[in-house]
Amino acid sequence: MNQQEIRDKLFEQFGEEVIKGEDLFRDQVTLTVDRSRIAPVCRFLKEDPELAFDFLSFVGAVDRYPSRPRFEVLYQLYSLQRNHRFRIKALVDETDSEPAAIDSVVSLWPTADWHERETAEMFGITFKGHPDPRKLLLPEEWTCHPLRKDFHVEGNDEETPDLPRKVEQGS
Amino acid sequence: MGISSYLDDTVHVTSLDWFINWSRKSSMWPLGFGLACCALEMIATFVSRFDTSRFGMEVVRPSPRQADLMIVAGTASKKMLPAILRIYEQMAEPRWVVAMGACACTGGIYKNYAVVQGIDRHLPVDVYIPGCPPRPEALIDGLLQLHARVMKESGGQRAKLKSVKAVAR
Amino acid sequence: MHEVASSSDTRVRETFELNVGPHHPSTHGVFRAVVELDGEIVVNVTPHLGYLHRGYEKTCEAKTWHNVIPLAERCDYMGATSNSFVYCLAAEKLLDIEVPERAQTIRVIMAELSRIFSHLFWLGAHAHDIGAFTPIIYCLRERECIMDMFELTAGGRLMPNYLRIGGLIRDLEDGFVEKARAFTDEFNFRVDDYEALLTKNPIYVDRTKNIGILSSEDAIALGASGPMVRASGVRWDIRKSEPYSGYDQYDFQMAVEQGCDVYSRYLVRVREMRESAKIVRQGLDKLKPGPIRATKPGAVFPPQEEIYTKTEALIHHFMLVVEGVRAPVGQVYHVIESPRGELGAYLVSDGGPRPYRLKWRPPAFVNLETLATMTKGAFLSDLIAILSSIDIVLAEVDR
Repeated sequence: MNQQEIRDKLFEQFGEEVIKGEDLFRDQVTLTVDRSRIAPVCRFLKEDPELAFDFLSFVGAVDRYPSRPRFEVLYQLYSLQRNHRFRIKALVDETDSEPAAIDSVVSLWPTADWHERETAEMFGITFKGHPDPRKLLLPEEWTCHPLRKDFHVEGNDEETPDLPRKVEQGS
Repeated sequence: MGISSYLDDTVHVTSLDWFINWSRKSSMWPLGFGLACCALEMIATFVSRFDTSRFGMEVVRPSPRQADLMIVAGTASKKMLPAILRIYEQMAEPRWVVAMGACACTGGIYKNYAVVQGIDRHLPVDVYIPGCPPRPEALIDGLLQLHARVMKESGGQRAKLKSVKAVAR
Repeated sequence: MHEVASSSDTRVRETFELNVGPHHPSTHGVFRAVVELDGEIVVNVTPHLGYLHRGYEKTCEAKTWHNVIPLAERCDYMGATSNSFVYCLAAEKLLDIEVPERAQTIRVIMAELSRIFSHLFWLGAHAHDIGAFTPIIYCLRERECIMDMFELTAGGRLMPNYLRIGGLIRDLEDGFVEKARAFTDEFNFRVDDYEALLTKNPIYVDRTKNIGILSSEDAIALGASGPMVRASGVRWDIRKSEPYSGYDQYDFQMAVEQGCDVYSRYLVRVREMRESAKIVRQGLDKLKPGPIRATKPGAVFPPQEEIYTKTEALIHHFMLVVEGVRAPVGQVYHVIESPRGELGAYLVSDGGPRPYRLKWRPPAFVNLETLATMTKGAFLSDLIAILSSIDIVLAEVDR
């Protein structure tokens, strides 16, 4: 199936209240899916016999700071059986009271495990229902999220020290 | 004249310093320790075409206890740094450090939050080898310069270096 | 006597944890794994990554589109050209540039040489991990030949940095074609030499056959690609399924094995080296004279000789260096078959001279996820064989 047929099939299945937008650039379609419905859409993409997206290339994110909603979470899919690719994204926002969060897709594609852990620590997005939400690449004690746009590329001594700070004695 | 003519070239007379330095530099054992891209050029230097066994350095030890020379080959990330310092501490004196490649010297093209901007911030570096990655010839040149430096040491021990303290994680 | 026997019957079985790495000779860099052992049997492996995290993706956001190429090459230092290849293809798609045919062919030649280059180093290091020291000496000998060719035409040994957005930095140097032809003529016999050391060697076969089983279902679910899935019987090679840069015009076989084990991965990679040499030879045969860079003023660097003779070319060159090219707003994803599998670059542009976001899809990172599945119930010594059969490059895993 080509990009247009996949797009039409998804629109037919879910309608405009789930699929919030679309973007066509250089023959690649990106569909914007409602954040709360990401799990059923992914399940459909994987289990529908015509789509059969059995291979997840990556889960990533883009920070659109300062515009709102702030984050795009991306799912790049491939079907080994059908030899087609497709990409969906969901918009996730962060407020003072509520951190950015979206459902995990590890139960559908086990490979999402490390991708989601990496995205979580790099952007500070919580993947709800992730089986092992530890840090992956960054040192344990860091609390910053380097791929956010408001984080300076060179870091700083407070957040990214060369050596872990010693724990205060006697406290 | 005197004793040397009496011994007639069967015994060579030299200073103790020279002899100790000569034996140290002639069998310097490097630590098999690769961090990033430069490690591949380091391996290429150790094997057949360039062959560091010409300089008594073919015994690459995986254990820091048996090594004299740490070649910091590649980018030292901030997460790796405590481990590097710990390995350095486990090496027995006398020990030397070569910073191989732009990243180990200055952080190189990775001027960012994750990379230590030069391993000399934390380790006493003897020889810096620029390049990204340095060619094997450059590494060999650096090692020969290190040998020349070792030959200038005196008193059988190295000058006191600033103390290095690793932090347990 | 009786008491001793009964007390040993009631002892508690408990597992213990062994820390492997980050400084360990068999982890191919700075990989660290905490292995839970029951005696000598592996119960669970928990990989700890990030010891070579260099902030690659963040650094790229601060570079212009053309400046990313050297950083990309250092992302996978075993097969550097693959990285600049995928980055250039993605950026060309974003900027809508058509690459001339000669440049496409040379790119394929360079990419296949770097595939051989990577597999040679893998073979040497893998055999070394298993306990055979000789192959690495042989493999690195041929690797030096390829490095000589890179050096001849591009200047760099390990990182040729030869590809540019829109084509290549310069045409092939005189003597490259003859050298490459001589290398490919010879290379099959060299591979025979390596195979004579390993393929039927009973020690090697005992240590690799039926070790590290990864079923095709697990491989796909865990996102593995490249030789990892082809050794599990999946017929998938991006050079065949989604041909790029004219790969559909080359005649080569996809190396597929059904064994699902370490030995099959070895066979797949050895066959791939032979096939790559075949592709290089075909590429050399179909090389025709022509331009090596696309003409798109303001996006692609003008040819060197024009910079010195034409004012316009000089201005374009200056502006590209000082300001960079402004890419249209959009996003593209492009994949190639790197020596390790599906290597993808996802580029987002906001219309500025720098990538707004560059997401790398590193095959080694995803392939490493299969480690825990493959090592369950294996012996600790097999863990080393399995780990090396994944062919990880830590710079790509941690980025």
